Amino acid sequence: MFRPIQLIDKVPSLDFFRWHRACFALSIILCAISVISLATRGLSYGVDFAGGILIEAKTSGPADIAELRGKLGALNLGDVSLTSFGAPDVVLIRVQQSSEATEGTEMKAVEQVRSALGAGVEYRRVEVVGPRVGAELVIKGALAIALSLVGIMLYMAIRYGWRAGLTGVIAILHDCLTTVGLFSVTGMQFDLNVVAAVVAIAGFSINDTVVIDDRIRENLRKYKRMDFRDLINQSVNETMARTLVTNGLVLLAVLALVLFGGPVLFSFSIAMLWGVVLGTYSTIYVAAPLEWYISGRGRHMHGSHEAEPA
Amino acid sequence: MIHIPRWQAIAIVSLCFIGIIFSLPNLFGRKTMETLPNWIPHRQVSLGLDLQGGSYILLEVDLDRALAEYTDSLLEEIRGVLREKQIAFTNLSVENGSVAIALRDVAQASAAREAIRTITASSGITEPSIGKILVRPSEAEITARKKQIVDQSVEIVRRRVDETGTKESSIQRQGDRRVIVELPGYDDPQRMKELIGKTAKLTFHLVEEPGTPGTKILDSEEAGGGKYTINRRIIVSGENLTDAQPTYVDGQPVVSFRFDSTGARRFGDATQKNVHRFLAIVLDDKVISAPTIREPILGGSGIISGHFTPQSASDLALLLRAGALPAPLKVLEERTVGPGLGADSIAAGTVACLIGYGLIALLMVIGYGLFGIFANIALLLNLAFTLAIMALLGATLTLPGIAGIVLGLAMAVDANVLIFERMREEVRFGRSPFPAVDNAFQRAYVTILDSNVTTLIAAIILYILGTGAVRGFAVTLAIGIAASMFTAVTVSRFMVVSWLVWRRPAELPL
Repeated sequence: MFRPIQLIDKVPSLDFFRWHRACFALSIILCAISVISLATRGLSYGVDFAGGILIEAKTSGPADIAELRGKLGALNLGDVSLTSFGAPDVVLIRVQQSSEATEGTEMKAVEQVRSALGAGVEYRRVEVVGPRVGAELVIKGALAIALSLVGIMLYMAIRYGWRAGLTGVIAILHDCLTTVGLFSVTGMQFDLNVVAAVVAIAGFSINDTVVIDDRIRENLRKYKRMDFRDLINQSVNETMARTLVTNGLVLLAVLALVLFGGPVLFSFSIAMLWGVVLGTYSTIYVAAPLEWYISGRGRHMHGSHEAEPA
Repeated sequence: MIHIPRWQAIAIVSLCFIGIIFSLPNLFGRKTMETLPNWIPHRQVSLGLDLQGGSYILLEVDLDRALAEYTDSLLEEIRGVLREKQIAFTNLSVENGSVAIALRDVAQASAAREAIRTITASSGITEPSIGKILVRPSEAEITARKKQIVDQSVEIVRRRVDETGTKESSIQRQGDRRVIVELPGYDDPQRMKELIGKTAKLTFHLVEEPGTPGTKILDSEEAGGGKYTINRRIIVSGENLTDAQPTYVDGQPVVSFRFDSTGARRFGDATQKNVHRFLAIVLDDKVISAPTIREPILGGSGIISGHFTPQSASDLALLLRAGALPAPLKVLEERTVGPGLGADSIAAGTVACLIGYGLIALLMVIGYGLFGIFANIALLLNLAFTLAIMALLGATLTLPGIAGIVLGLAMAVDANVLIFERMREEVRFGRSPFPAVDNAFQRAYVTILDSNVTTLIAAIILYILGTGAVRGFAVTLAIGIAASMFTAVTVSRFMVVSWLVWRRPAELPL
């Protein structure tokens, strides 16, 4: 059997604290941009959250978007947008009704669009979300993100002490906030799938933090007198090979989704891509140094004083 | 020296076989499965509506309207019982959900309360001022009534959907006033919504001269439009129908119906007494037609003629057979995926899965050699277990669910990366193969457990709060992670240790 290629053949001795102030600054700037963009531009909600109508129609032959726009615009249904979707003969029609729209008018609007498009159109997808359901989904989505943060923090606090829990949640918050911020800045559509991606990013990001924290705990038992900052550095270095390999593999899986997962999954995959890259960065350059600050630069970690298991 | 007891080895291998066998049905089409003998597991993972195509409709029962009707009927009952007991009143009306009675003679107050007590619970009867009685249906009555209305609505919707011959439909209640209708493979939700959304309350009334007391004016559905003044009293209603069928009379589509014995008697009596008058046939507060009663109809069956097309006559017959909804239903949300998009999504998901797996597998072999191959076998087993568990639990695979499988594979491989990197560290530390492998598995296990639990927490919360397709993502991610605790740790340890015992290498091939 051939000799496997080792990405890192000995434990590196990089100083991750060297750049930590610049990284903190960068992260704070990214978060600030996200918050400002969310406050001023907001998110361009998909039909799931904003309510309205989404129709994916396949026309016979390439679609004449301008002509269709004229036809649908004449119906006076509200805000109608048409985009080509994946293929030249597939059109995505989105109808956003005025805020006073009720369930009944939405359903009528679908019929009007159907009759305006006429026969010979294949309806690949029709989604109609009433305003009330849209508002409920916003609350549920926000709740899902918030509760998963709380759940993860509690678990971390139980296993590694409250300092690790707090650090972990700050790191996740950073990843989730900037992911949502990315959607706000770029104006990409924010829908239910993106919420799923944000929760998954929280899970993946904390995963990296757990691995490093676990190593810190082990090293605290091993090196009784080492300075905490050096010890954190050493732990990050020791787990570096795993961090790079695993995140590289996750990145490949996500890239496969971005490139081949199809247009329906695209926003989900883009969110994951950003989250995985950012999650790796935040674990190493934000969470690890932050752990040192939150611990008051002292050696604190839950469970580190137990006897080493045989 | 590490050693895996024989019973453990047998248990691990047989569990893997069970996983593979139960996941195999998913490789074949539904048609192929039917030709295979019965002892082979047949359960396949059920595909979500976004993959196989179909309609999802979320409806809400208009309980407020239904409760208002309930109070109205309580009012009518009170009117009846007060008349019977000859208690005079100056006013009888609905005030904020209560029935308010103003008595003419204050002295009759206790007699009135006594009479009303025969209809409703006494706790709801109050006398805020002298001579005025308020009757409020109790919370228990309202709750029971609400539950009854929603249960009945679910039942009626189910009957209507079944009558259309749609297969594998699912009708579920959600929360306290919502109904979810899922119709796999059905791509004409427009007609279904029309069928489900109609209250289909059919009543027969006599037509009166305009201005007669106790009447109301209704729009006509007839070709010419217009209005009818009808008597409020219902002669007979759709509840007494036993059958309705579309048919033709003089080449025109009509609906023929048959009453049960009570209905037939009432209908017979009314038509006998009112020959030559007009009989209004009312559906959902609109007059379908108002034919003249030419002769008493005693046989208990008749014909509804009107402005029908063959389709609308057959739909009306269907609605009458299934029964009327106790309250109107509103469509809150509708999602329909055509079969074309579903097939495209399956294709895209499968390609992404295969390429993702292929890349991971390739890099694992490049990075970890023989052990990488072990990890890949474990990874395939993980996929098999995920599919098998989903099939057995009856979980639904959606497009985000396929994304969950891809990400779950990446998570599962993380366990092996952790273990193999740990082995390298142990080797660097100067340990010989056996202790290195043993330590690596032991040490890495805790880390893997902690890191998996955190992701599992996120997946579970997403499952609880998620809706529709997003839930599918949480399911595959959670099952994939849970399965990886067995495949990536136990099974790959079994493979590595077996190999060590067999070859007794001087150094690890890492």
